[in-house]
Amino acid sequence: MTTLTQPVSGPGPLTAAWALIWRSRRLVERNIMVYRHQWIIILSGVFEPIFYLVGIGLGLGAIIQEVPLPNGQVVAYAAFVAPALVATAAMNGAVFETIFNVFFKLNYAKTYDGVLATPMGITEIALGELLWALMRAALYAVAMFVIMLFMGLVLSPLGILMIPASLLVAAAFAAAGLAGTSYLRTVNDFDVPMGLIVMPMFLFSGTFFPVESVLPDWLVTVIQLTPLYHGINLIRGLSTGIIGIGQVWDLLYLVVFFAVCLWIAMRQMERKLIK
Amino acid sequence: MTVFTASGRVWQRNWLVYRRLWHRSLAFGFLQPVLFLTAMGIGIGALLTPVSLEAFGGVPYIDWLGPGLLAAMAMQTATFESTYPIMNKIMWGRNYEAMLSTPVGIRSIVYGELAWTAFRIGSLAAIFLVVLTLFGIVRTPLAILAVPFAVLIGTSFAACLIAFTATQKNDVGFSAIFRFVINPLFLFSGTFFPLTNLPEPLRAVAWVTPLFHGVELIRGSILDQLDPVTALIHLAYLLVMLGIGVFFAERTLARRMAG
Repeated sequence: MTTLTQPVSGPGPLTAAWALIWRSRRLVERNIMVYRHQWIIILSGVFEPIFYLVGIGLGLGAIIQEVPLPNGQVVAYAAFVAPALVATAAMNGAVFETIFNVFFKLNYAKTYDGVLATPMGITEIALGELLWALMRAALYAVAMFVIMLFMGLVLSPLGILMIPASLLVAAAFAAAGLAGTSYLRTVNDFDVPMGLIVMPMFLFSGTFFPVESVLPDWLVTVIQLTPLYHGINLIRGLSTGIIGIGQVWDLLYLVVFFAVCLWIAMRQMERKLIK
Repeated sequence: MTVFTASGRVWQRNWLVYRRLWHRSLAFGFLQPVLFLTAMGIGIGALLTPVSLEAFGGVPYIDWLGPGLLAAMAMQTATFESTYPIMNKIMWGRNYEAMLSTPVGIRSIVYGELAWTAFRIGSLAAIFLVVLTLFGIVRTPLAILAVPFAVLIGTSFAACLIAFTATQKNDVGFSAIFRFVINPLFLFSGTFFPLTNLPEPLRAVAWVTPLFHGVELIRGSILDQLDPVTALIHLAYLLVMLGIGVFFAERTLARRMAG
């Protein structure tokens, strides 16, 4: 139902949104062109979660063997770690792209100043970078999903939903990265988002051990406020088939987190680029 | 000016840049082991039963893991510092070009950078050792040897990586090195789980890789399990690696700066 203020003859909001995304594709094309000779950077990222899965999931898993899930059910350690690595791969793909690469384009290469001289605006730039980060994350998520299938670590038919779920995780982190990168001033500032946010989340979001049964309650509460925890909980629920109201909250959290970060990102980029 | 005074100047240049950042670098040097030990050591340790702990020689998992992480930190930091920053001094910032127009030569640049790596890794390893002591992991005063061992790991990797960086025309190769060399070494050198849990051929591969020897040295010194004969083999391995790295670093850098 359109509102009264909407001009009757104008393009509908869906058409307008589609036109926006369609214009944003130019930035994706630009990134593809740039990466043509550097594809190894993107492709090598596929192997990172695989190495972790083999090293930690199987190597340590041979000793740990089984892990209890919050509902009391027990799964093999590799089946516990693998879905979490899908989520962290989505996070890493999105964050590296939107923090490091966008930072350089914003501050050194001045790529966006050039882009703004074309019919593309701030919204198209933000959406374009978001789409590109999503494509990169999708590659990692699908690769991990296939590996998990072959290793027999997808325990439920719901597991196929891990792919859209990891895209949501990637979108959330891409938006967060875009919002965060505008606050960085020099390359030395990378320590802060990577060392104080990404790395602690990687370690403490239930990637390698169930936080609920190991850490004190207050710390679990803090962890439950952070996005990767929800990403891992959602994706692990789908791969093990053990889902409940918790996964609905995860979904809701990630959608709201994405929307808020995207809003901040747009506002910040506007501030940074249009002086 | 002798090679060594000139190397000192190269070291000093790095120090002048670092002086503005050292507090942050040391703060992260403290934070990172605390986070890793808490998450991996306590978190994963809680999943292990007394029976499964036998795989780690009967010591608590966090005690077993801590020294391995110290060795891995030495490798990772040295590798990172010998890729992008060196590339910057070769071609983006062109600092070496400026240095070479003074009495500083190629050899002094290589020695100076390695001395710098030794200083950086040494200070980070000392902080790491303090953290390990706070966690109650250190068993013997001999653990102080972990600092020079970490410096040896760091400089061996740094020398080889400088040799590699000098041959690169852009930074694309670095992500391949990180993903296909450093990361697998991090995961499969007996850092997180004993090599006895690997299949036989992989175990043999792990034996010939450098980080494994570093992990063994540092774990042995901190947990008081150092056997003099095997320790000498590990030391010899890393010293040979350092020598080979320096040999090639001087040559590749000389060729690069001449061309």
